[in-house]
Amino acid sequence: MNAMLATHLDPLAASLFSLLTIASLLLAFVMLGSRWLKDYMLAFAAQSWLIGMLSALVGYYGGYRELYWVALLTVLFRGIVLPWLILRILRRLNTARELHEILSTSTSLVIGAAAVIFALVVAMRLTADLHIVSNVVVLALTVMFSMKLIGFLMLALRHEAISQILGILVLENGIFLGAQILVPGMPLMIELVLLFDLLVAVACFGVLVRYLLTHIGSTSSRDLRRLTG
Amino acid sequence: MSMAARILVLLLSPALAVVLGLAVRRARFSEYLNLAASVAVLLVALPLPFVAARPTTFLDGYLLVDPLGAWVVMCVAVVYLLSSIYAIGYMRHDASRKARLPLFYALLAGFALTMLVAPLVNSIGVYWIAIELTTLVSTFLVGFERNAESMEAAWKYIIVVSSGISLALLGTTLLYWGGTFVYGETYQLTWASLVHAAPQMPPVLLKMGFLLTLIGYGTKVGLAPMHTWLPDAHSEGPAPVSAMLSGALLNTAMVGIVRFLAATDAAGQGALPHAALVILGVCSLLVGALFIVRQRQIKRLMAYSSVEHMGVLALGFGFGGTLGVAGALYHMINHSLAKPLLFFGAGNAMHRYGSKRIDDMRGVWRMFPVSGTLWLCGAVAITGAPPFGLFLSEFAILRAGWGGPYLWAAIAMLVLLIVIFVAFLNHFRAMYLAEYPADPGEPPVRAVPMERDSWYAGWRVLPMALPLVPLLLLGVWWPASWTALFHTIANALGAHP
Repeated sequence: MNAMLATHLDPLAASLFSLLTIASLLLAFVMLGSRWLKDYMLAFAAQSWLIGMLSALVGYYGGYRELYWVALLTVLFRGIVLPWLILRILRRLNTARELHEILSTSTSLVIGAAAVIFALVVAMRLTADLHIVSNVVVLALTVMFSMKLIGFLMLALRHEAISQILGILVLENGIFLGAQILVPGMPLMIELVLLFDLLVAVACFGVLVRYLLTHIGSTSSRDLRRLTG
Repeated sequence: MSMAARILVLLLSPALAVVLGLAVRRARFSEYLNLAASVAVLLVALPLPFVAARPTTFLDGYLLVDPLGAWVVMCVAVVYLLSSIYAIGYMRHDASRKARLPLFYALLAGFALTMLVAPLVNSIGVYWIAIELTTLVSTFLVGFERNAESMEAAWKYIIVVSSGISLALLGTTLLYWGGTFVYGETYQLTWASLVHAAPQMPPVLLKMGFLLTLIGYGTKVGLAPMHTWLPDAHSEGPAPVSAMLSGALLNTAMVGIVRFLAATDAAGQGALPHAALVILGVCSLLVGALFIVRQRQIKRLMAYSSVEHMGVLALGFGFGGTLGVAGALYHMINHSLAKPLLFFGAGNAMHRYGSKRIDDMRGVWRMFPVSGTLWLCGAVAITGAPPFGLFLSEFAILRAGWGGPYLWAAIAMLVLLIVIFVAFLNHFRAMYLAEYPADPGEPPVRAVPMERDSWYAGWRVLPMALPLVPLLLLGVWWPASWTALFHTIANALGAHP
């Protein structure tokens, strides 16, 4: 069996890791519960800062010096540049909040909670199969899976173009978070390119949103129903 | 020519077409530049699968040239050339677009570049990035017309595919985690190292990783029920783009699934993955059949036919064995030859009739004596009728499934293919033979260049005639050297005979 970093942590590191992952999950719920697009975006930025801090901590405790770079770039790209880009798009649109929601906020929070329980069950079965006894690993898996599910939930329940972009970013934040703890040695280049790729993606999204607005007159996917069958 | 030189030409020519085209910004220059790049790519790519018998790596092991990847590159190159020829005639049709043509050709060449790189990428993480890049570039091609429909299609395309493919990233992370149980914390996750590590990986991680990547890349391949972006994107982009999406792009994501499948086979955990692939294949055929029967729009008809054919590919690889793999690879090139022909015919008809609706297209034969005949031959070919190549490949896949554990899937495939054959050709019967409804309205025919015009014939009919020759040839003669190549690929994938 391998010597995974997450299974050999000193208590302080373990509690710091847990604190950061749980705080990120809470922020995902903040996003799920908020209707104001700006709050939504701020919660995403805060989540990215937490993930950046987590990278730095994993780098410190695991001795992966290249993770400091990843931390720096995560904070820079996902914590500052992306939110700034989205804020610019938001200013150009005149939608400040999600107007039509399929489910009420409280219902979607309850569904989100159910998703976390499901993720926990999967994570516990998975770690039991792998004979890993570590709360940090279970927690990381739970948060990774549940942020994935919450991201999909947001994509399904929200109509605004910005909400959908943020939904996709949350999907990927979950993977970033899990990957830091589970596979901190994943080659540096991949992580850097992933960050870069995301920036390109959001730039593309921005252009598209502008076109949506000029050609369809709205950025809500409720108005995208010409193509069927 | 050394392998390194081949790869250099293969990747540099479209890259140069992007850079020079954007630097010069002249519509005519961009057209011919892109055409020249696509010719160069095809010349290099055609012999590539046959000279790449032994896998070689380049650029610090980031690029891997093996027969499977080279085969997909060859399919991409074929479609790229055909689309580049057709685009010249198609895109000039609307004079108002002329100022944006350099951008179009730069995007087209860039799209081709990403699709040529993706099958050759050796690192699994970088492969994910390459596939994501194909989406980003092609989104702008899908939305190129900038009307409400194409913007809607582009938005759905990028949202559905990006969220789907993020599942593949999760799967890749889990597989990397599985690999750390074998190699330790830090290693390069390449296709070879995955296959090597798979037998010692915890089976639960391997299976979960595979299923997640299957759903993720399956979204990109357009396997039902993750196909929802495909009909919109294929029907709203310009016709040459539709051909590239359908004939080339879908294969580049399929190759990833096939390589992951090989890893699970190597670990002896292949039963569940193969079953999952077969089920998705049957689902795709079913969805394709249902929507083809009642389709009203010509390009959506072609798009659902792509869903169907990706289902056939999934069944071929899912049935497995040398015959299944060989049939699927043969099907891949046949589909890449036939599908552009169909989209080009649809593009011509849409311009001529000024409509996308099948109901508005009547008397095709009278309007297009030559290209209409070619289009009809394409339709017969794509439905898998002899004497065209798709008949042989579908038959091979059917034989691979017959008598195996997936007999039910083979039977379902047979029935659904017959349904699709009847329904698809029924639409063509109506377009070619039925007359306009009795009311004496003027047929909505617009003044467009006629087929007799040699210019029109060159750019818009020639790319329809070119693929028919190999399609017919492949239908009557399965080259022996290809059989040998398919055996090599099947062995490399660890398929049992």
